[in-house]
Parts: sequence; C-alpha cells; structure tokens
Amino acid sequence: MSSDITANDTHHAHDEHHDHGPPSGLMRWVLTTNHKDIGTLYLLFALLMLLVGGALAMGIRLELFEPGLQFINPDFFNQLTTMHALIMVFGAIMPAFVGFANWQVPMMVGAPDMALPRMNNWSFWILPFAFTLLISTFFMEGGAPAAGWTMYPPLVLQGAGNVPFMIFAVHLLGMSSIMGAINIIVTIVNMRAPGMTLLKMPLFVWTWFITAFLLVAAMPVFAGAVTMLLTDRFFETSFFNAAGGGDPVLYQHVFWFFGHPEVYIMILPAFGIVSQIIPTFARKKLFGYSSMVYATAAIAFLSFIVWAHHMFTVGMPVAGELYFMYATVMIAVPTAVKVFNWTATMWRGAMTFETPMLWSVAFVFLFTIGGFTGLMLGVAPADFQYHDSYFVVAHFHYVLVTGALFAIIAGVYYWLPKWTGNMYNEKLGKLHFWLSVISVNVLFFPQHFLGLAGMPRRIPDYAIQFADWNFWSSIGGFAFGLSQILFLFIVLKTIKGGEKATDEVWEGADGLEWTVASPAPYHTFATAPEIK
Amino acid sequence: MSHEQGSYYLPAPSYWPLVGSIGLFFMLGGFAAYLGGASMTFMLIGAVILIVMLFGWFGTVIRESEASMYNAQVDLSFRWAMMWFIFSEVMFFAAFFGALFYARQLSGPWLGGAGNNAMTNELLWPGFEFLWPSNGPGNVGGDFKVMGAWGIPAMNTLILLTSGVTVTWAHWGLKKGSRTQLILGLFLTVALGFIFVGFQAYEYGHAYTDLNLKLTTGMYGSTFFMLTGFHGLHVSVGAIMLLVVLMRAIKGHFTAEKHFAFEAAAWYWHFVDVVWLGLFIFVYWL
Repeated sequence: MSSDITANDTHHAHDEHHDHGPPSGLMRWVLTTNHKDIGTLYLLFALLMLLVGGALAMGIRLELFEPGLQFINPDFFNQLTTMHALIMVFGAIMPAFVGFANWQVPMMVGAPDMALPRMNNWSFWILPFAFTLLISTFFMEGGAPAAGWTMYPPLVLQGAGNVPFMIFAVHLLGMSSIMGAINIIVTIVNMRAPGMTLLKMPLFVWTWFITAFLLVAAMPVFAGAVTMLLTDRFFETSFFNAAGGGDPVLYQHVFWFFGHPEVYIMILPAFGIVSQIIPTFARKKLFGYSSMVYATAAIAFLSFIVWAHHMFTVGMPVAGELYFMYATVMIAVPTAVKVFNWTATMWRGAMTFETPMLWSVAFVFLFTIGGFTGLMLGVAPADFQYHDSYFVVAHFHYVLVTGALFAIIAGVYYWLPKWTGNMYNEKLGKLHFWLSVISVNVLFFPQHFLGLAGMPRRIPDYAIQFADWNFWSSIGGFAFGLSQILFLFIVLKTIKGGEKATDEVWEGADGLEWTVASPAPYHTFATAPEIK
Repeated sequence: MSHEQGSYYLPAPSYWPLVGSIGLFFMLGGFAAYLGGASMTFMLIGAVILIVMLFGWFGTVIRESEASMYNAQVDLSFRWAMMWFIFSEVMFFAAFFGALFYARQLSGPWLGGAGNNAMTNELLWPGFEFLWPSNGPGNVGGDFKVMGAWGIPAMNTLILLTSGVTVTWAHWGLKKGSRTQLILGLFLTVALGFIFVGFQAYEYGHAYTDLNLKLTTGMYGSTFFMLTGFHGLHVSVGAIMLLVVLMRAIKGHFTAEKHFAFEAAAWYWHFVDVVWLGLFIFVYWL
C-alpha cells in the first residue's frame, strides 16, 4: 500500500528488452508464457462467455415474459438455466478475475512475470477445450445438462449422454483453476519486489491471495463430488443411493463444501478491485487497510464452515440447522467491516465520479442489498419460506451481477487505459453505467417480490398472479443484455485507439502499476523495483 | 527469450501446454464418448498425446535445470507450487473420506432409524439395522465378506512405512554425496512401491473372486474401492516419479545442495504414505 515507490525506471528496463517484444501472429497467443498476454486471453474469453451466458439468459427471460409456454419447451428451459449458470460461473466470472490477477498481480508486487509462466499458459488453454466439451452437449441427442448447475442426484443421473461430458468439463475447469491458483499463490509469496512486505501489498493482491487458497482447497472437493456422480451413473457405486447405504444428501454436503467457498471465490477479488478504485477517486487512503485484510481472511475462514445453509430444508438435525445458521450470520461481521471501510474511505474525500468510480459506488450499494437478503436467507426458519423461490434468484444475482460483475466492469474501465494505452470514451462509459444500473434493478429487484409471493425458481411457466413482475423483470433483462453490447463496443473501440492515456492515468492512483508506461510494456520489472 | 545469468528464469513460448490441453480434451472427451457407447479410440489417442506431453515438458524442465538456468528463487517457486499441489490432493481425498465418515456416522444410522428417523426406517426399510460395513438396506451387490485388516493390508502398511525410511536414507546419501546410497535407497523405495501396488492388485482379485466384495457392493464397496483405488493410482504415480528420479540419479543428475525433483517426489511419496495410514485405520481396521 506504499506510495513511496522509488522511481524505478521501468522504461529503461523496457529498452533493454526491445528485442524480446511479443512475437507476431496467432501463435503468439497460443504459445505465450507472458502474464499480460495470458491475462488478455482470460479477459477476452470471459467476455465471450459473458455474452454466450447472457444470450441463454435472454432465452430464459423471453420465456418468462408472460405466463404460459410460448417459445421454449420445458426441458430446453431447464437446459438454459443450467448452462447459463455453469457458463457464467466457470466461464465468465472466474476467468475474468483470473485475467485481472494475471495482468495486475505481477505488476502490483513488482514481479517480472507470474512464477510459473508455462503452467500459466496451460491454466488458460484448458478452458476453451473444457467449454467445447460442455457446450457441445447442446448439439447432442437429449441436449445439454438440465438438472441445475448444482447437479443434484438423483435427478442429474437421469440425464442423457451429456452427463459424462459435463462431469469431465468440470474436472478440466477444476484443473485449470487449481493450477491458476497455485501460480498466484507462488507469485505472491515468492516474487514480491524487495521491500514489498505482506502488509504493503495492494488489497487486490491480498484478496486474490486468499481467494487462491480457497480455490486450492475447494476445487478438488468438487472434483471428488462429480467423480462420485460419474461412478454412481456408470460404474454402479452407491454413494448417493439409499438402498446401497448411501445418501443423495451426501452429494449436497460435498457439493456445498465446495460451493460455499466458491461463492467467496467469486466475490473476494471483487472486493479487491473496489478497494483499489474507491481510494483513487476519493483521493484518500483506504480507511482501514489492515482491517480489510483481516476481514477478508475471516470471511475466507468462515466460508468453509457454513456450507449447509444451502440445505436448510433437506432434513438436517436441529442442532445442525442451528449451528449453520449462527455460523452463517457471523459472516455479516467481517462483511460489514468491508462495507463501512468503503463508506468511510469516501467520507469527506475529494470525490470525482469517473466511470470506474460509478460502478464501484453502485457495487457498494447493490452488493449490500445482496448481502442483506443473504442474511435473511441465512436464518433457518425464514429460509424454509424462501428456499428455492425467486427470492434466492434475486439474492444471488444481486451478489453476482451487481456484485462480482459490476466490480469486473469497474476494474476493466479502471485498468483498460493501462492495458491498452488508450482512454475509453468517458461519455459512453457513463451511458453504459446508467443504462446498466437502471436496467439491472428493473431486472432483479422485482424477483424479490416474486419470491416472497411464492414463485419457485427454475420453472418455465407460472401462475397468473406473477405475470406483472415477470413482465418488468424481462423488460429489465432485455435492456441490461442490450446495454452490454455497448460495453463490448466500448472495449473494442478502446483497444483500437482513442485518446492516449498518461502513465499515471488517474490523478489519485497509487501503486506500482501506475509507475510504468501506458500501455504497460511487454515485460515489466525485469529488475525489481525497490519499495520503501 | 535470452536469459540473464542470475535473474528469474522466464521460459520462452512453449508448445507443451497446448499439447497437454489437446491430450486432455481427447482423453476425457473420448472417455465420455466411450461411456456413451463409442469405442475407446479417442480416449487412447488422448492418453498417448498426454504421455508425449509429459515426456516433452518434464524433459524440457530437466534440461533447463541441468543447464543451471534456475536460480534459488525459481527453486523456491517450485517448492511452494509442489506443496500446494499436494495440499489440493489432500482435499481430493478429503471428499472421499468425508463420504465415508458421513455414511458411517450419520446417514447410515439414520437409515436404521437413529435420531428422529424411526418412521423413515419403519416405512421405507422396515427391519433394517445399520451395521458397518454395509451394502445398505437393499443388500446392493449381494452378500459379501469384509476385507480383513491384518493380512495383506497390514503387510502393505509395513511396506509403505519401510519405503518412507528408504527414501529418507537415499536423501541422506544424496546430501552427504554418496551416490551408491542414493541409488540403492531409491531403488529399494521404487521396488517397495511396486510391490505394494502388486499386493493391492492381488487383494482386489481376492475381493472380487472370494469375498464377492466389488465396486458395486453398496456403500462399503463404493468407499472401499474408490478410496483404495485412487490411493493405488497415486502410489503408482509416486513410484513412477521416484523411478524417473532414480534414472536421473544414475545419470549423475542432482547435487548435494540442489535436488528439488528428488525432494518433490519424496514429499509426494510421504503424502501417499500418510493417506494410506488413514485408509488402513478407517477403511480396513475400524
């Protein structure tokens, strides 16, 4: 977090390396071991998957536009909800954050690259193959997986030929995530510039450090869970079969032991991004740096001991319900530490509202709404009412769309000038923000009402009393979807050209990445900067 | 990229990750197709590509290492990475151990009417009493006999523990510069590893032919074969790693100070050793 960086002249370092610039052509991207190239690949892949997953969501909102079955048969509707979730979680949100980590972590800690550059390439290049396996199921007999992204048995085991493709895609995604996470951990523990002590690291680096541990601990458990699905389906094991002494609920425990840390894997890096942006545009240091670090660690720890709050209605012993309820609501404490921190950072700051700041402020407001509905869901007796209703859908979309995705978009606007050397168009950026923030609330806020009124999730048709709010939700959905085309346009336009960015880019920006040229040279910090 | 002596080694663009991705794609996609009724061709092609990749990639790393391109910081990166890789493996086994404990301590007794589940038992599985090892109220897979702990499994425990000693003895040899001790120790370790795997294979045959204990024998068969099977797979991988280290030792690789590959293989070996102790206690013995 130090601003006292000795002006290490990375321009010079760059000059020495002129002959080692990027090779040209397509193979540059396929064979690259450069963290910036790989970061770009991750981010572009995530953008592509965001659009694919978004298209599926448009299908869902189209069918729910009015009651009755109009466009899509129920089985295909289930395929849409399942694939939308899998693609967004594993294809859009997670790779986007890894893309940020690839670009930013080495630059922020003053490292020449990621610690293990070849493995870094492999982490990325597994992804397109994994998603080829997964998305190919749409074109198979029986279609894509349709039992929900949580893949609960026994329903998921009744799937058609897609089951092994889905399971092996998950194995591949897990391998990719574990290798990516190990790379990030090793880069942070071993590649920091001299003087960059742990408690001087930018918060984005801290949040990714902790996220990487969550990944290494949680992804293998997911691999184990889907392996049990595979053997139950094809090799006659009895893990989830009560007749053989197993239990379908066992799957839910193993899955959510992964699934809950996964939730934080998708939000902690978002906390990190927002914690970089708000101090920049409030022109103040972050209110409480170390309390943010400890809060992040506390959230990560708690994430491993609260998993069964996803399963309150499954018939657990009362002692289990109580324990998981109390443990869950405890997460509100470190999360509140974060929200108060962001608020206090803005308090009496010399604030300006450039596009990244707008998205970050919206993040603080809207993520907090998702956090509060999460508290409601964490209260076991109340959850009996909300469970599997649209209230849950509203809750996790506030956390994942206006939380994780908003932070990603904020981060893109924040660092895009550093990555491309060009400023994005501020007017268009603001337009993109206002269109998105209004439409996303029209999209998801009514879903709270729908859920409280009793509309179940994952259904293609509904009773007539739910018609009005579904209509508005769909209108908001289409508008939000279309607004992201504008995002695509802005990003592509900025990559192509635009007003040249300065090295510092933002007046109040603090950190090593702003000491190098814009666009950041292909190799930064070949000689480590000295941090005081 | 050219390499400045003393600085952190950054590898040039490489084909191996791409080859690995293609290999995984064919192997797993082919396996999925095979499960859907297709032939094993693609799966086998994928496996071959993957093996080629492992030879090529590790070969490159070994050449770079022998050319002294890795400084102490690179060495430390490898150490951290290997440590957290092993931790991820621990978590993979944790999922299966978790399944075992859950069935034995919670869901199994519930099927037998424990807790507030008397009516579940009465209505769904009347008369079923849960006693581990169990293949469930449906007697899935038919009557079976339990695998005893004090025959081959106890012997295998001794074998693995001994191999942990021999690999440490080999390490001492390497550190004091005795190549004979290094090679002999590694040879013994690898031999014990493969003897262990051989015994496991024999035990599986015994289970299938004499005990009617199969993968399909309800929860007991599922947990027994999945836990010991994945462990056996890891022992095989660890033994192959040690075999590569042995061959490198014979070729004269490694110095008393720098021998990360040896240590990585040894760490992995201790990891499979510890998992086995868990298996011996919770799967075979208790």
